[in-house]
Amino acid sequence: MNYTNKKIEKELVVKSTTDNLALIRSFTKKAAEESGFADETIGKIILAVDEACTNIIKHAYNFSPDGKITISIKFDSSKFSISITDEGIHFNPNSVPEPNIIEYYKQKKVGGLGIYLIRKLMDEVKYSTLTGNKNQVVLVKYLPR
Amino acid sequence: MADFNVNLRDVGNVSIIDVKGYLDAHTAPELENVFNKLLDGKQFKVVVNFNDLKYISSAGLGVFMAYVETMRENKGDIKFSNMKESVYNIFDLLGFPILYEFYKEELEAIQKFNLQGQA
Repeated sequence: MNYTNKKIEKELVVKSTTDNLALIRSFTKKAAEESGFADETIGKIILAVDEACTNIIKHAYNFSPDGKITISIKFDSSKFSISITDEGIHFNPNSVPEPNIIEYYKQKKVGGLGIYLIRKLMDEVKYSTLTGNKNQVVLVKYLPR
Repeated sequence: MADFNVNLRDVGNVSIIDVKGYLDAHTAPELENVFNKLLDGKQFKVVVNFNDLKYISSAGLGVFMAYVETMRENKGDIKFSNMKESVYNIFDLLGFPILYEFYKEELEAIQKFNLQGQA
């Protein structure tokens, strides 16, 4: 599929505050509904986007409220792709091991669940660094044929 | 935005936390406040009733992870009840059923505490 042939594109730009998560979820929900996913899949996509943005607010911007988060959604009949970009601190999500819930319990750990959830919920997850010190994560869900 | 509500009530010697709406990184601190209040009052037997909870992210799950051991160290626990399937699926995805008890009805969770109290 040629990337330029995408039928629908939407973009949301928000500041890095947790009170924007509700807005981010409703933006994602609307687009996912338009693409024709089942409710259960829409729920997974919304949660994955929430987790990715929460990580950006917490880790890339360290709760500073002035950071910028750009969420771009593109979809056609075969796949739904969400690209989330920030200009905060780069972190390597591949360094986060898959959590073992019993170990978490023993160590009283509470974080790191988000990245694992995103991987479980989406079909493709790709983190990259763009020019201009931007970080990007692209989340993809395939549409059922 | 009032998209999350948390209410605390007592049934006998068990504290019930009713959660309503959307539990995410923005609203999780409200739930933490309630757990801190319980710890201040030395109340360690807790049932969280999810009947009106529509959504949970890992920030919400992290709150239960943060407090459960303290409750257990003090002969209490955090038990869950009345969870919608969509919410349960998220707990399940992260392996929570290994560590936590889930009940269909709040009363069953309360009765479990009462049985444990007699043992």
